Amino acid sequence: MATMINQKTSVLGPLIAQNKDQILREWIVEMNDSARRGDLMKEGELRSQCTRFLDLLAQGTAGGGTNLQSGAYDPMREMLAEISTSRAQQGFSAKETATFVFSIKRTLFTVIRDEFEKDPKTMALEIWNATELLDALGLYTTEVYLKSREERIRRQQEEMLELSTPVVKLWDGILALPLIGTLDSARTQIVMESLLESIVQTNSKVAIIDITGVPTVDTVVAQHLLKTVTAARLMGADCIISGVRPQIAQTIVHLGINLLDVTTKATLSDAFGLALQRSGFALAKPQKKEKQDQ
Amino acid sequence: MEKIPILRMGEFLLVTIQVDMHDRLALALQDDLTTRISETGARGVLIDISSLEIVDSFIGRMLGNIAAMSRVLDAQTVVVGMRPAVAITLVELGMSLTGVKTALNVDAGMELLRSAVDGEREFYGSRF
Repeated sequence: MATMINQKTSVLGPLIAQNKDQILREWIVEMNDSARRGDLMKEGELRSQCTRFLDLLAQGTAGGGTNLQSGAYDPMREMLAEISTSRAQQGFSAKETATFVFSIKRTLFTVIRDEFEKDPKTMALEIWNATELLDALGLYTTEVYLKSREERIRRQQEEMLELSTPVVKLWDGILALPLIGTLDSARTQIVMESLLESIVQTNSKVAIIDITGVPTVDTVVAQHLLKTVTAARLMGADCIISGVRPQIAQTIVHLGINLLDVTTKATLSDAFGLALQRSGFALAKPQKKEKQDQ
Repeated sequence: MEKIPILRMGEFLLVTIQVDMHDRLALALQDDLTTRISETGARGVLIDISSLEIVDSFIGRMLGNIAAMSRVLDAQTVVVGMRPAVAITLVELGMSLTGVKTALNVDAGMELLRSAVDGEREFYGSRF
């Protein structure tokens, strides 16, 4: 049975090659109705993609039947992956990307119907084969599309992680770590490491952790903050936590978290003042020079 | 057997740990150091662990113990130069070494010791 199907499917390849121009023409008309996005893609580009798709489809069916996993489909899969990825970036939806493949069905079925008009059995078999193959290709396209989207989301997450943990030097021996966004374990680990590394690098005695941008503090976040403060103390640096909002202060007390050992200040500027004082600095306005003329 | 040298600097003792600590070495150090403190009447101990890359709970506890013992023998202890990775490990192990003074480097540690000892002296000097 299997050999029969494979033998029969090899008909698809030559059939597509023979009727390539007709299929191409009708396919593009079909797509204009359903899936083409004139705003995102030029007609010439679409046409060249369609031509390549048909060539590779003919090549694939000739060598690998309807089995998408066979080696004959390697170039086909590569091309679809490329198209999916580029379309995901161009802003096509998943449906539009998959429709690129599915829209060929009507045209292809018409060609098969005309070819096997006198042999209904073969016609049914070929149409089934073509459906199977095109469905597999369409699903593959969607899969790659999703993968490329996921890849993009993952990369953005990483970038956000890097962007959101800058350690800044405020003064000689004073560091600040403005935290923005929700703290979770992974992020706190990075925050902790980058703060401790910076303490060693800049030889700082005071580090200010500003949590103005942290929307909520729960027990886990508080635990992480305390760990960071303790680790910094072990290395010989003092930590000051600033920017505790009234809401968060209430939460901390209600949760029964002990922040007694940690110096807290309302604002970053208060904390900076304290840090300067602890480091033995004092700020003063410069005296106005008395005018010497007159 | 390896030995961790204990150097005397005026009224302070300086311990620099430059090899990987194993348990027996840690116990020997504890022994040596307490003996030296009582022999010399040192007022402060400075332990430099900037070369220490690996700690476990035992070493962490030993550092705490040494500080507590020195305290009993009337000497302040400052641990200096702890690496970030070591600090994170100790915190994750739940050892915050409360009661141990810390400083970023030997310089800062010495200053801290001096001010602590001077402060103590002033305090007692004014009362006695």
